[in-house]
Amino acid sequence: MSAIPADPNVTADSATPRTETNYLNADWSIKSWLLTGDHKRIGILYLVTVSFFFFLGSIAAGLIRYELTAPAGFILESETYNKVFSAHGIIMVFLFLIVAIPAILGNFLLPLMIGARDMAFPRLNLLSWYLFMIGGACIMGGMINGGVDSGWTFYVPYSSMYANSNVTMVLTGIFIAGFSSITTGINFIVTTHKMRAPGMTWFRLPLMVWALYATGVVIILGTPVVAVTLLCIIFERVFHLPIFSAELGGDPVLFQHLFWFYSHPAVYIMILPAFGVQSELIANFARKRVFGYHLIAFSTLAIAGLGFLVWGHHMFISSESMYQGVVFSLISFLVAIPSAIKVFNWTATLYKGNIRLQTPMIYALGFIGLFTIGGLTGLFLGCLGTDVHLTNTYFIVAHFHYVMVGGAVTAFLGGLHYWWPKMTGRLYPESIAKWNAVLVFIGFNLTFFPQFIVGFMGMPRRYHYYYFAPEFQPYHIMSTLGSTVLALSFIIPGLYLTRSLTKGAKASANPWGAHGLEWETSSPPPTSNFLQIPVVLDEVYDFDPVTEHEQDKAAQALEVPSYLSNEAKSIESEKEKR
Amino acid sequence: MFSNFPATPPQASSFSREHDLIFYALLALTVIFTVMVGIGVIYFVIKYKRGSDADRSRPIYEDARLETAWSVIPLILALIMFYFGTKLFITMRVPPADAQEIFVIGKQWMWHVQHSNGVRENNTLHVPAGKPFKLTMISQDVIHAFYIPAFRAQMHVVPGRYTTMWFTPTQPGKYHLFCSMYCGTQHSEMGGTVVVMEPREWANWIENGGQSQATLTLEQSGERLYKQLACNNCHGAEDNMRAPSLYGIWGKKRTLTGGRSVIADQSYLRESILRPHNKITNGYSNTMPVYDGQINEEDVLKLMAYIKVIGSSVGGPSSSGTDTAAAVLNGTKGTMSPFAANAIQYQNSSMRRVDSTPTTRSGELAVNAIAAQQEAKGN
Repeated sequence: MSAIPADPNVTADSATPRTETNYLNADWSIKSWLLTGDHKRIGILYLVTVSFFFFLGSIAAGLIRYELTAPAGFILESETYNKVFSAHGIIMVFLFLIVAIPAILGNFLLPLMIGARDMAFPRLNLLSWYLFMIGGACIMGGMINGGVDSGWTFYVPYSSMYANSNVTMVLTGIFIAGFSSITTGINFIVTTHKMRAPGMTWFRLPLMVWALYATGVVIILGTPVVAVTLLCIIFERVFHLPIFSAELGGDPVLFQHLFWFYSHPAVYIMILPAFGVQSELIANFARKRVFGYHLIAFSTLAIAGLGFLVWGHHMFISSESMYQGVVFSLISFLVAIPSAIKVFNWTATLYKGNIRLQTPMIYALGFIGLFTIGGLTGLFLGCLGTDVHLTNTYFIVAHFHYVMVGGAVTAFLGGLHYWWPKMTGRLYPESIAKWNAVLVFIGFNLTFFPQFIVGFMGMPRRYHYYYFAPEFQPYHIMSTLGSTVLALSFIIPGLYLTRSLTKGAKASANPWGAHGLEWETSSPPPTSNFLQIPVVLDEVYDFDPVTEHEQDKAAQALEVPSYLSNEAKSIESEKEKR
Repeated sequence: MFSNFPATPPQASSFSREHDLIFYALLALTVIFTVMVGIGVIYFVIKYKRGSDADRSRPIYEDARLETAWSVIPLILALIMFYFGTKLFITMRVPPADAQEIFVIGKQWMWHVQHSNGVRENNTLHVPAGKPFKLTMISQDVIHAFYIPAFRAQMHVVPGRYTTMWFTPTQPGKYHLFCSMYCGTQHSEMGGTVVVMEPREWANWIENGGQSQATLTLEQSGERLYKQLACNNCHGAEDNMRAPSLYGIWGKKRTLTGGRSVIADQSYLRESILRPHNKITNGYSNTMPVYDGQINEEDVLKLMAYIKVIGSSVGGPSSSGTDTAAAVLNGTKGTMSPFAANAIQYQNSSMRRVDSTPTTRSGELAVNAIAAQQEAKGN
């Protein structure tokens, strides 16, 4: 990107001395971390805690998978099994997916990408982490002290009148964590509106910023609704306030409307930032401007808007009226179109690009495949006639894992690898990371593809036993095998990324030769992000594949060693030549 | 091999075919689009990989026509699928006027089914093929869902309001009945079997208060067993070379080998069925097999009841029905996968901690229904 700092002498480039103070080494004290207002440090705090929660959620997932290899289980009692799948859902949804990309990558990148020194409200930002931690502690406390067995959906009247587990404490935790989301959303919106660097017009924004902005809007509109709804369950459970439970005079279906009014858009809180990451990765590794930039930006907003009008497709068989079902189905089909557009645009971006198959790009290509399957299988569930059979089965489980894990987690891993040098100042080992990205793809498909079949056969979700239907077993065994591969492919990056913190090669300011303001400051950036606020003069993703290709050729002719294992170095040398 | 490794649910209701057509159409769309995108991605990645000599001049960044095309074509396809899906859904939600009503009550953790003539059953549902049924359902506690995969029919069962579903079963057989809405600890065991019967057979079933056959008298059961065990092959109406006739034997004096004599009472008959070699009738040799351990006491009682009246007209020919009952009971055995062995072993060894509660998946027969029916007849 042609972002020219006002004073060329302070351009932060690869020549930046390593001893320079950055946001990581500015102050080593614990207090400086816990009381920081720096969006980058808050991003790192989120990274550490969210990774921990992801680890816990994965253990629960592993227990579920191993238990299901036998038709009548062999590790857990039914009650424990129910608590385990509830823990998996609650942790993964509320403490991982909703926070992962927005609060880790979003917090870290948004100000850097728009050329700001920090978020609009740094202290609010820190508060959001503390709220998240308090909420997380409540949720963990509830799970340890009695557990919760109502599933992450908390359907009434089970959760309000019948569950004997510690629902109240967990709900309180989710309620508190909701405010953490809201404060993050406010920060995204205000920062994007008010803090853009001079010359950073709306249509020069990286698509990641568009995605985070749209996410902020969804968070602010949706989260208060679910917060109030969960509070209502607490009131009904504790004070027997008649709201949802039929025996008290309430309406259990009302809960589902309120819950899905948030929880469907929550899917977009998880996937929109993933779209943003995906656009960055595709553009920067195809070395080409994203095809249909405007259409992608608008389709992001369209998804955020339409996403609020489809909640009823979770309730086709819940006794909502038939006509309601028809309307919700129609809008659900319509919301599929902007997602399809994005997939086509990413694919078209590759056309005439200068594609580099590095780790983040492999994740991005995997994302296209997995998200395509995840999105298209959503049609089976948005389609009324087929939803009647498939809803509440493993088909739906497979579908949302393709979107949430195949989409959001793949994008998160891709983004984490892409911005890892910027966040930590270190390079991770490229070849092992590359093979691991392929392993994620294989493990993922092995785990979740069989679940489509067993779901179509009629295996209901949240089933502990299926000894009465032994024909389901082969698919569960395949799925568990896959999940073992998948678990391995999550452990490996954990190890090499941690190791790279101390052993990894030092990263230059722009190891990928990428475009974007975040790459124009040192790695890791100084606390104030930019020594001088950059002025943006040109479009985002300003690549020129033709010239670049010629330069590659020229570099080869000059016998610049192409066998250098560290590709980053060759990119650097090429950049110097330019 | 594939019968042991099914990948599709059976089609057993009038919705199944239409549902599966839409499903496979969507599947085709999914495969076509995924393959298209996949080939596109792989082709571009190979062709435009860094260092390849592909022509990169005049790249396109926006193209209104192309973008309109790939917005409008999926939109049209989506609307077509929406049309067919909605059409099927409306059919599924509007029961025909002649549908017979069945009431279903869901409670933690069992299904209670009430047929319109008063027959009740738990965790099973017997319906005939070819006749539309409308289920009116309500829950006594939390939300459940009544799900019959083979019928492609599923509906929530909600406390405080009635929900309905309907279907016309088409294929006789035994199918899974599941609760598909999470409802607490034993959620996965809240279910059972839907038995689709031949219409005539079902008519008998419902007429007999929910028994697969008319209740047989002890003598009738005994007669059936007598034939099943092939007792009549040797013990015929007359004494023959192999065995004495048992006609009118009850209470008579029998002379045994060695001259001793006994009265043919219950103890004698029982012993002679189970261990015939102990007391051999004069003039015959020890040829009858030992039934000790082969049949149980209940069967001995049945046989004895029949032998008491043998030769008279009491034990007349019985109604048909046993064969069907046996077929129903063994219905799944033919298609059982190797994995089933595992499951059955478990089931047998541990049918089990919940055995005494009414929440097991056992296909409990509606004993109460008979009483109810008799009561109704009495009034």
